[in-house]
Amino acid sequence: MGDGAIDLAAAAAERRQRASVVARGAASRRRRWELVGESALEWLIRLCGVSAIVFVFGIFFFVLREGAGFLFHGLNLRQFLFSTEWYPTSQSNVRYGVLALIVGTFSVTTLAMLIAVPFGLGAAVFVSEFCSRRMREGLKIVIELLAAIPSVVWGFIGLGVLNPLIQKVFRVPVGLNVLNGALLLALMSVPIMVSIGEDALKAVPDSYREAALALGATRWQIVYRVLLPAAKNGLLAAVLLGVGRAVGETMAVLMATGHAVNIPHSPFDPVRTLTATIAAELGEAAAGSQHYQVLFIIGILLFSITFVVNFTADLVVKGIRKR
Amino acid sequence: MTDAAPALSIETQDLSLWYGKFQALKNVSMGIKNGLITSLIGPSGCGKTTLLRCFNRVNERYGYVTTKGEIRILQKNIYDPDISLIELRKSVGMVFQRPNPLPLSIYENIVFGLRIHAEGKLGKGHTDEVVEKSLREVGLWDDLKDRLKGRATGLQLEQQQKLCIARLLPLKPEVILMDEPCSALDVEGTRAIEELMWELRGRYTILIVTHNMAQARRSSDESIFMLMGELIEHSRTEDLFLNPVDPRTAEYIEGRYG
Repeated sequence: MGDGAIDLAAAAAERRQRASVVARGAASRRRRWELVGESALEWLIRLCGVSAIVFVFGIFFFVLREGAGFLFHGLNLRQFLFSTEWYPTSQSNVRYGVLALIVGTFSVTTLAMLIAVPFGLGAAVFVSEFCSRRMREGLKIVIELLAAIPSVVWGFIGLGVLNPLIQKVFRVPVGLNVLNGALLLALMSVPIMVSIGEDALKAVPDSYREAALALGATRWQIVYRVLLPAAKNGLLAAVLLGVGRAVGETMAVLMATGHAVNIPHSPFDPVRTLTATIAAELGEAAAGSQHYQVLFIIGILLFSITFVVNFTADLVVKGIRKR
Repeated sequence: MTDAAPALSIETQDLSLWYGKFQALKNVSMGIKNGLITSLIGPSGCGKTTLLRCFNRVNERYGYVTTKGEIRILQKNIYDPDISLIELRKSVGMVFQRPNPLPLSIYENIVFGLRIHAEGKLGKGHTDEVVEKSLREVGLWDDLKDRLKGRATGLQLEQQQKLCIARLLPLKPEVILMDEPCSALDVEGTRAIEELMWELRGRYTILIVTHNMAQARRSSDESIFMLMGELIEHSRTEDLFLNPVDPRTAEYIEGRYG
């Protein structure tokens, strides 16, 4: 009986040992697969992350390559930047001066911002601080819808609605002008300002509101004495992103600003923007020609402008986090 | 009672409060004596912070609060329609659990109250004087006098909390409500705030919510014990801790629950 018991115990021990070896094998095989899968996934994610950089540089180099030949050999940079004479298809005397286009872009953008900043930031303050929860949800949906309207539809509105309206209200002969384009750009950049501005205000800790409230501040005093100073960087970033959107917009301004190369003297003068010029003329310029290359150089100019604006916005937002 | 100074600065009569359907306060009636430090104790969720936040009506910022009953501060019902919330909050200051100086300079934090209540501009000489007086009163003047333009949010927590008390003083409040003012502070900070409370005692009526029974015991004249939204016992602090009348109070201070 004693022997039998020992045998049984030994057999059980051996079985256990064998089972554990098998288990260890399976575990290590699984671990190896997990390891492979994990590193593959890691690489995939890394690729996704880097791809944005690759694309941005790719686009920049493509645009630069198309324009580089003329940019570095032949283009009179001073004339390009400081002359208002834009005659790219002249038979006798070709001149490429984009000053009027730059001024056109900036006049439309500036007027658009003068309209959009008070509205956009005001809406952001209202949505985040003053309205009820139900109204806030409703408003946010509508504002997002506003952001989703294609720019060509905005162009139609400029042509069909704003054009006669401006003619009638201001008694001007043509309604396709700086004001028209600026109104459209304002409507297009308000949504981005509202949503970024609201985020900035929401990020202000509630304890600040409570502190001011408990000291007897009214809602309006809380907004302008506490929230606006506390959220100023975020609000500035919201404005700059709106500017970036407005500078880069093409189709709506192409349709609504009158498309005349002209330095405007009032909001009722027609202008042409950098973006609209590229869109309108690229199709007709012979690939590789000087005209074609100059349009790409305008692209580089636009690229630099939006880069500077976005980079500033980025620095400003970083400023918030550092505090 | 014909004294010029009323003996009670806060009185409640059958005060009930609901958050939506949940009843957080049940028929609370009490009187807080003028110029003393009264502590509110009880386990979490017993309604002590809710009660405190009734006295300057800041809990109404959440839309779903309903109140019934009466609160009289300096013999004026604060739920009267003619009461101005702004004036009420001017005379009833509040110190919060986490120090919450505004993201402005130290100087601007202290004159913030004056600025929002002032009509027109404030003279610089006047505000300078107020800042110095308030900071001296909380014992921060010597430490901070050279960096009044510095950001208040960069101070140590203890200094921040003292600053939060200092910024109430220019408004000359009658009552100072403190909602666990030491819970974010270390032992030294707690001691400093308690000492400050003793220095302010007499000039202001101080009502402090605390989780820390030892704190209630060493730093208040009277104590109120609350449980499940009800006021269980209110008496002199020594009596409440040494001879509690209600068995629930006795069990709580012995640490059987909470």
